Amino acid sequence: MFVATSVTTGTVVLVGAVFLATCVEMVEALTIVLAVGHTRGWRSAFEGTSAALLVLTALVAAFGPALVHVPLNVLRLIVGGVLLVFGMQWLRKSILRASGLKAKHDEDAIYEATVATLRAAGATPGRDRLAFVIAFKGVFLEGLEVIILVITLGTSSHRLGLAAAVAAVAVVLVALCGVIVARQLSNVPENALKMSVGVLLVTYGTFWTGEGLKVRWPGGDTMLLGLAAIYAIVTWLFVLALRRETQTLRVTSA
Amino acid sequence: MNERPLVLRIVKGFGRFWWDFLVGDTPELFVAALVIIGVIALLSESGHFNAAAVVVLPLLAILALATTLWRAIRSARRES
Repeated sequence: MFVATSVTTGTVVLVGAVFLATCVEMVEALTIVLAVGHTRGWRSAFEGTSAALLVLTALVAAFGPALVHVPLNVLRLIVGGVLLVFGMQWLRKSILRASGLKAKHDEDAIYEATVATLRAAGATPGRDRLAFVIAFKGVFLEGLEVIILVITLGTSSHRLGLAAAVAAVAVVLVALCGVIVARQLSNVPENALKMSVGVLLVTYGTFWTGEGLKVRWPGGDTMLLGLAAIYAIVTWLFVLALRRETQTLRVTSA
Repeated sequence: MNERPLVLRIVKGFGRFWWDFLVGDTPELFVAALVIIGVIALLSESGHFNAAAVVVLPLLAILALATTLWRAIRSARRES
Protein backbone atom coordinates (compact mmCIF):
# COMPACT_ATOMS: atom_id res chain seq x y z
CA MET A 1 0.00 0.00 0.00
CA PHE A 2 2.79 2.41 0.98
CA VAL A 3 4.79 1.62 -2.16
CA ALA A 4 1.74 1.99 -4.36
CA THR A 5 1.01 5.49 -3.06
CA SER A 6 4.56 6.83 -2.74
CA VAL A 7 5.83 5.89 -6.21
CA THR A 8 4.17 8.55 -8.33
CA THR A 9 4.19 9.06 -12.09
CA GLY A 10 6.59 11.95 -11.52
CA THR A 11 9.05 9.65 -9.74
CA VAL A 12 8.97 7.08 -12.53
CA VAL A 13 9.56 9.74 -15.22
CA LEU A 14 12.31 11.35 -13.10
CA VAL A 15 14.13 8.04 -12.60
CA GLY A 16 13.82 7.18 -16.31
CA ALA A 17 15.06 10.58 -17.49
CA VAL A 18 18.06 10.72 -15.11
CA PHE A 19 19.05 7.08 -15.69
CA LEU A 20 18.92 7.21 -19.50
CA ALA A 21 20.59 10.65 -19.75
CA THR A 22 23.41 9.54 -17.45
CA CYS A 23 23.92 6.33 -19.45
CA VAL A 24 24.20 8.26 -22.73
CA GLU A 25 26.68 10.81 -21.34
CA MET A 26 28.74 8.19 -19.50
CA VAL A 27 29.11 6.01 -22.60
CA GLU A 28 30.64 9.07 -24.31
CA ALA A 29 32.94 9.73 -21.32
CA LEU A 30 33.93 6.05 -21.06
CA THR A 31 34.99 6.02 -24.73
CA ILE A 32 37.50 8.82 -24.04
CA VAL A 33 38.78 7.27 -20.77
CA LEU A 34 39.31 3.89 -22.47
CA ALA A 35 41.16 5.56 -25.36
CA VAL A 36 43.45 7.32 -22.84
CA GLY A 37 43.96 4.14 -20.79
CA HIS A 38 44.77 1.90 -23.73
CA THR A 39 47.11 4.44 -25.33
CA ARG A 40 48.92 6.18 -22.45
CA GLY A 41 48.42 3.88 -19.48
CA TRP A 42 45.69 3.51 -16.87
CA ARG A 43 47.24 5.62 -14.12
CA SER A 44 46.66 8.96 -15.87
CA ALA A 45 43.23 7.82 -17.08
CA PHE A 46 42.14 6.97 -13.52
CA GLU A 47 43.67 10.13 -12.05
CA GLY A 48 41.93 12.33 -14.63
CA THR A 49 38.62 10.50 -14.12
CA SER A 50 38.85 10.66 -10.31
CA ALA A 51 39.72 14.37 -10.34
CA ALA A 52 36.75 15.12 -12.61
CA LEU A 53 34.38 13.06 -10.42
CA LEU A 54 35.63 14.92 -7.32
CA VAL A 55 34.99 18.34 -8.89
CA LEU A 56 31.54 17.22 -10.10
CA THR A 57 30.64 15.92 -6.62
CA ALA A 58 31.74 19.25 -5.11
CA LEU A 59 29.51 21.10 -7.61
CA VAL A 60 26.47 19.02 -6.61
CA ALA A 61 27.25 19.55 -2.91
CA ALA A 62 27.65 23.30 -3.43
CA PHE A 63 24.76 24.13 -5.75
CA GLY A 64 22.20 21.38 -5.01
CA PRO A 65 21.23 22.47 -1.47
CA ALA A 66 21.50 26.18 -2.41
CA LEU A 67 18.81 25.79 -5.09
CA VAL A 68 16.34 24.54 -2.48
CA HIS A 69 16.14 28.15 -1.18
CA VAL A 70 14.96 29.52 -4.55
CA PRO A 71 11.13 29.96 -4.63
CA LEU A 72 9.64 26.83 -6.21
CA ASN A 73 7.69 28.64 -8.96
CA VAL A 74 10.78 30.59 -10.08
CA LEU A 75 12.94 27.46 -9.93
CA ARG A 76 10.44 25.44 -11.97
CA LEU A 77 10.10 28.18 -14.58
CA ILE A 78 13.90 28.44 -15.05
CA VAL A 79 14.37 24.66 -14.95
CA GLY A 80 11.41 24.17 -17.30
CA GLY A 81 12.89 26.63 -19.80
CA VAL A 82 16.36 25.03 -19.63
CA LEU A 83 14.92 21.52 -20.02
CA LEU A 84 12.73 22.61 -22.95
CA VAL A 85 15.77 23.99 -24.81
CA PHE A 86 18.03 21.07 -23.89
CA GLY A 87 15.36 18.44 -24.60
CA MET A 88 14.48 19.94 -27.99
CA GLN A 89 18.20 20.02 -28.89
CA TRP A 90 18.48 16.29 -28.06
CA LEU A 91 15.27 15.46 -29.93
CA ARG A 92 16.37 17.47 -32.99
CA LYS A 93 19.71 15.66 -33.13
CA SER A 94 18.24 12.19 -32.63
CA ILE A 95 15.43 12.76 -35.18
CA LEU A 96 17.97 13.95 -37.78
CA ARG A 97 20.17 10.92 -37.04
CA ALA A 98 17.28 8.42 -37.13
CA SER A 99 16.09 9.80 -40.45
CA GLY A 100 19.56 9.68 -41.99
CA LEU A 101 19.94 13.46 -42.43
CA LYS A 102 22.80 13.51 -39.92
CA ALA A 103 25.54 10.92 -39.34
CA LYS A 104 25.05 8.77 -36.24
CA HIS A 105 27.24 9.38 -33.18
CA ASP A 106 30.12 6.98 -33.78
CA GLU A 107 31.92 5.88 -30.59
CA ASP A 108 34.45 3.92 -32.69
CA ALA A 109 35.39 7.06 -34.64
CA ILE A 110 35.68 9.13 -31.43
CA TYR A 111 37.86 6.41 -29.88
CA GLU A 112 40.13 6.31 -32.94
CA ALA A 113 40.39 10.12 -33.08
CA THR A 114 41.35 10.33 -29.38
CA VAL A 115 43.92 7.54 -29.77
CA ALA A 116 45.41 9.32 -32.82
CA THR A 117 45.69 12.61 -30.88
CA LEU A 118 47.40 10.90 -27.94
CA ARG A 119 49.82 8.93 -30.14
CA ALA A 120 50.72 12.02 -32.18
CA ALA A 121 51.69 13.87 -28.99
CA GLY A 122 54.36 11.29 -28.15
CA ALA A 123 55.58 10.20 -24.72
CA THR A 124 56.30 12.77 -22.00
CA PRO A 125 58.75 12.31 -19.11
CA GLY A 126 57.26 12.07 -15.59
CA ARG A 127 53.51 12.50 -15.12
CA ASP A 128 51.46 12.26 -18.31
CA ARG A 129 49.74 15.67 -18.25
CA LEU A 130 48.09 15.31 -21.67
CA ALA A 131 46.48 11.97 -20.80
CA PHE A 132 45.29 13.38 -17.46
CA VAL A 133 43.80 16.49 -19.10
CA ILE A 134 42.00 14.53 -21.85
CA ALA A 135 40.52 12.04 -19.36
CA PHE A 136 39.55 14.89 -16.97
CA LYS A 137 37.98 16.99 -19.74
CA GLY A 138 36.04 14.04 -21.18
CA VAL A 139 34.55 13.00 -17.84
CA PHE A 140 34.04 16.57 -16.58
CA LEU A 141 32.24 17.93 -19.67
CA GLU A 142 29.98 14.90 -20.11
CA GLY A 143 29.47 14.72 -16.35
CA LEU A 144 28.57 18.40 -16.14
CA GLU A 145 25.55 17.82 -18.38
CA VAL A 146 24.50 14.98 -16.08
CA ILE A 147 24.99 17.20 -13.02
CA ILE A 148 22.83 19.95 -14.52
CA LEU A 149 20.07 17.43 -15.22
CA VAL A 150 20.37 15.83 -11.76
CA ILE A 151 20.29 19.19 -9.97
CA THR A 152 17.48 20.71 -12.06
CA LEU A 153 15.27 17.60 -12.16
CA GLY A 154 16.07 16.65 -8.56
CA THR A 155 15.50 20.02 -6.89
CA SER A 156 12.36 20.88 -8.88
CA SER A 157 10.71 17.64 -7.87
CA HIS A 158 12.15 17.74 -4.30
CA ARG A 159 13.93 14.44 -4.99
CA LEU A 160 17.57 15.50 -5.34
CA GLY A 161 18.76 12.48 -3.32
CA LEU A 162 16.87 10.05 -5.54
CA ALA A 163 18.07 11.75 -8.74
CA ALA A 164 21.71 11.66 -7.53
CA ALA A 165 21.38 7.99 -6.49
CA VAL A 166 19.91 6.99 -9.87
CA ALA A 167 22.71 8.86 -11.69
CA ALA A 168 25.31 7.12 -9.50
CA VAL A 169 23.79 3.70 -10.30
CA ALA A 170 23.91 4.52 -14.03
CA VAL A 171 27.57 5.63 -13.77
CA VAL A 172 28.52 2.40 -11.97
CA LEU A 173 26.57 0.25 -14.47
CA VAL A 174 28.19 1.88 -17.51
CA ALA A 175 31.65 1.65 -15.87
CA LEU A 176 31.07 -2.05 -15.08
CA CYS A 177 29.95 -2.73 -18.66
CA GLY A 178 33.11 -0.95 -19.87
CA VAL A 179 35.30 -3.06 -17.61
CA ILE A 180 33.55 -6.30 -18.60
CA VAL A 181 33.69 -5.76 -22.34
CA ALA A 182 37.04 -3.88 -22.01
CA ARG A 183 36.31 -1.68 -24.99
CA GLN A 184 34.23 1.32 -26.00
CA LEU A 185 30.51 0.64 -25.94
CA SER A 186 29.84 1.19 -29.63
CA ASN A 187 26.98 -1.34 -29.67
CA VAL A 188 24.85 0.69 -27.26
CA PRO A 189 21.81 1.99 -29.18
CA GLU A 190 22.80 5.52 -28.29
CA ASN A 191 20.46 7.31 -30.67
CA ALA A 192 17.39 5.46 -29.39
CA LEU A 193 18.44 6.31 -25.81
CA LYS A 194 19.03 9.92 -26.76
CA MET A 195 15.61 10.13 -28.40
CA SER A 196 13.91 8.71 -25.28
CA VAL A 197 15.75 11.18 -23.06
CA GLY A 198 14.84 14.02 -25.44
CA VAL A 199 11.14 13.09 -25.17
CA LEU A 200 11.36 12.94 -21.34
CA LEU A 201 13.26 16.25 -21.07
CA VAL A 202 10.79 18.10 -23.31
CA THR A 203 7.97 16.50 -21.28
CA TYR A 204 9.45 17.76 -17.99
CA GLY A 205 10.32 21.09 -19.60
CA THR A 206 6.73 21.62 -20.72
CA PHE A 207 5.31 20.48 -17.39
CA TRP A 208 7.51 22.68 -15.22
CA THR A 209 7.39 25.73 -17.47
CA GLY A 210 3.62 25.47 -17.05
CA GLU A 211 3.81 24.93 -13.29
CA GLY A 212 6.22 27.87 -12.98
CA LEU A 213 3.62 30.05 -14.72
CA LYS A 214 0.86 28.67 -12.44
CA VAL A 215 -0.75 26.37 -15.03
CA ARG A 216 -2.75 23.59 -13.32
CA TRP A 217 -2.24 20.46 -15.41
CA PRO A 218 -5.29 18.18 -15.63
CA GLY A 219 -4.54 15.02 -13.64
CA GLY A 220 -1.48 16.57 -11.94
CA ASP A 221 1.67 14.44 -12.28
CA THR A 222 -0.21 11.91 -14.44
CA MET A 223 -0.17 14.50 -17.22
CA LEU A 224 3.57 13.76 -17.54
CA LEU A 225 2.66 10.43 -19.14
CA GLY A 226 0.20 12.12 -21.51
CA LEU A 227 2.78 14.71 -22.57
CA ALA A 228 5.45 12.01 -23.02
CA ALA A 229 3.05 10.03 -25.24
CA ILE A 230 2.23 13.11 -27.36
CA TYR A 231 5.90 13.99 -27.85
CA ALA A 232 6.82 10.36 -28.60
CA ILE A 233 4.17 10.16 -31.33
CA VAL A 234 5.18 13.54 -32.80
CA THR A 235 8.84 12.45 -32.79
CA TRP A 236 7.96 9.23 -34.61
CA LEU A 237 5.96 11.19 -37.21
CA PHE A 238 8.87 13.61 -37.71
CA VAL A 239 11.27 10.68 -38.24
CA LEU A 240 8.93 9.14 -40.85
CA ALA A 241 8.51 12.45 -42.67
CA LEU A 242 12.24 13.19 -42.65
CA ARG A 243 13.12 9.70 -43.89
CA ARG A 244 11.07 10.43 -47.01
CA GLU A 245 12.87 13.76 -47.35
CA THR A 246 16.26 12.01 -47.02
CA GLN A 247 15.32 9.57 -49.81
CA THR A 248 14.27 12.48 -52.04
CA LEU A 249 17.57 14.26 -51.35
CA ARG A 250 19.55 11.10 -52.17
CA VAL A 251 17.66 10.61 -55.46
CA THR A 252 18.19 14.28 -56.37
CA SER A 253 21.91 14.24 -55.64
CA ALA A 254 22.51 10.83 -57.34
CA MET B 1 51.43 30.00 -23.57
CA ASN B 2 48.12 31.51 -22.37
CA GLU B 3 48.91 34.70 -20.42
CA ARG B 4 45.37 35.65 -19.40
CA PRO B 5 44.64 35.47 -15.65
CA LEU B 6 43.17 32.18 -14.43
CA VAL B 7 39.97 33.81 -13.12
CA LEU B 8 39.30 35.39 -16.51
CA ARG B 9 39.82 32.06 -18.25
CA ILE B 10 37.47 30.30 -15.82
CA VAL B 11 34.77 32.98 -16.26
CA LYS B 12 35.14 32.84 -20.05
CA GLY B 13 35.02 29.03 -20.00
CA PHE B 14 31.92 29.10 -17.77
CA GLY B 15 30.19 31.57 -20.09
CA ARG B 16 31.14 29.56 -23.17
CA PHE B 17 29.84 26.35 -21.59
CA TRP B 18 26.40 27.89 -20.93
CA TRP B 19 26.32 29.51 -24.38
CA ASP B 20 27.08 26.14 -26.05
CA PHE B 21 24.68 24.37 -23.68
CA LEU B 22 21.68 26.64 -24.26
CA VAL B 23 22.27 28.25 -27.65
CA GLY B 24 24.99 26.37 -29.56
CA ASP B 25 24.13 25.83 -33.22
CA THR B 26 20.36 26.00 -32.63
CA PRO B 27 19.64 29.58 -31.50
CA GLU B 28 16.07 29.15 -32.78
CA LEU B 29 15.34 26.71 -29.95
CA PHE B 30 16.58 29.14 -27.30
CA VAL B 31 14.43 31.91 -28.82
CA ALA B 32 11.48 29.47 -29.04
CA ALA B 33 11.70 28.69 -25.30
CA LEU B 34 11.65 32.42 -24.50
CA VAL B 35 8.67 32.92 -26.85
CA ILE B 36 6.81 29.98 -25.23
CA ILE B 37 7.33 31.45 -21.75
CA GLY B 38 6.28 34.89 -22.99
CA VAL B 39 3.11 33.62 -24.70
CA ILE B 40 2.02 31.59 -21.66
CA ALA B 41 2.73 34.57 -19.38
CA LEU B 42 0.57 36.75 -21.66
CA LEU B 43 -2.17 34.11 -21.69
CA SER B 44 -2.29 34.32 -17.90
CA GLU B 45 -3.94 37.73 -18.38
CA SER B 46 -6.82 36.16 -20.35
CA GLY B 47 -10.02 34.67 -18.96
CA HIS B 48 -9.55 31.03 -19.95
CA PHE B 49 -5.87 30.94 -19.04
CA ASN B 50 -5.53 27.36 -17.79
CA ALA B 51 -7.41 25.59 -20.59
CA ALA B 52 -5.58 27.65 -23.23
CA ALA B 53 -2.14 27.18 -21.66
CA VAL B 54 -2.54 23.39 -21.36
CA VAL B 55 -3.14 23.21 -25.13
CA VAL B 56 -0.88 26.02 -26.36
CA LEU B 57 2.28 25.10 -24.40
CA PRO B 58 2.86 21.63 -25.95
CA LEU B 59 1.70 22.92 -29.36
CA LEU B 60 4.31 25.68 -29.30
CA ALA B 61 7.02 23.18 -28.30
CA ILE B 62 6.04 20.96 -31.27
CA LEU B 63 6.03 24.01 -33.56
CA ALA B 64 9.53 24.93 -32.34
CA LEU B 65 10.72 21.41 -33.06
CA ALA B 66 9.16 21.51 -36.54
CA THR B 67 10.86 24.85 -37.23
CA THR B 68 14.33 23.66 -36.22
CA LEU B 69 13.92 20.46 -38.29
CA TRP B 70 12.74 22.51 -41.27
CA ARG B 71 15.90 24.65 -40.94
CA ALA B 72 18.01 21.48 -40.90
CA ILE B 73 16.30 20.16 -44.04
CA ARG B 74 16.77 23.49 -45.82
CA SER B 75 20.45 23.44 -44.97
CA ALA B 76 20.76 19.80 -46.19
CA ARG B 77 19.02 20.75 -49.47
CA ARG B 78 21.47 23.59 -50.01
CA GLU B 79 24.42 21.24 -49.43
CA SER B 80 23.14 18.49 -51.78
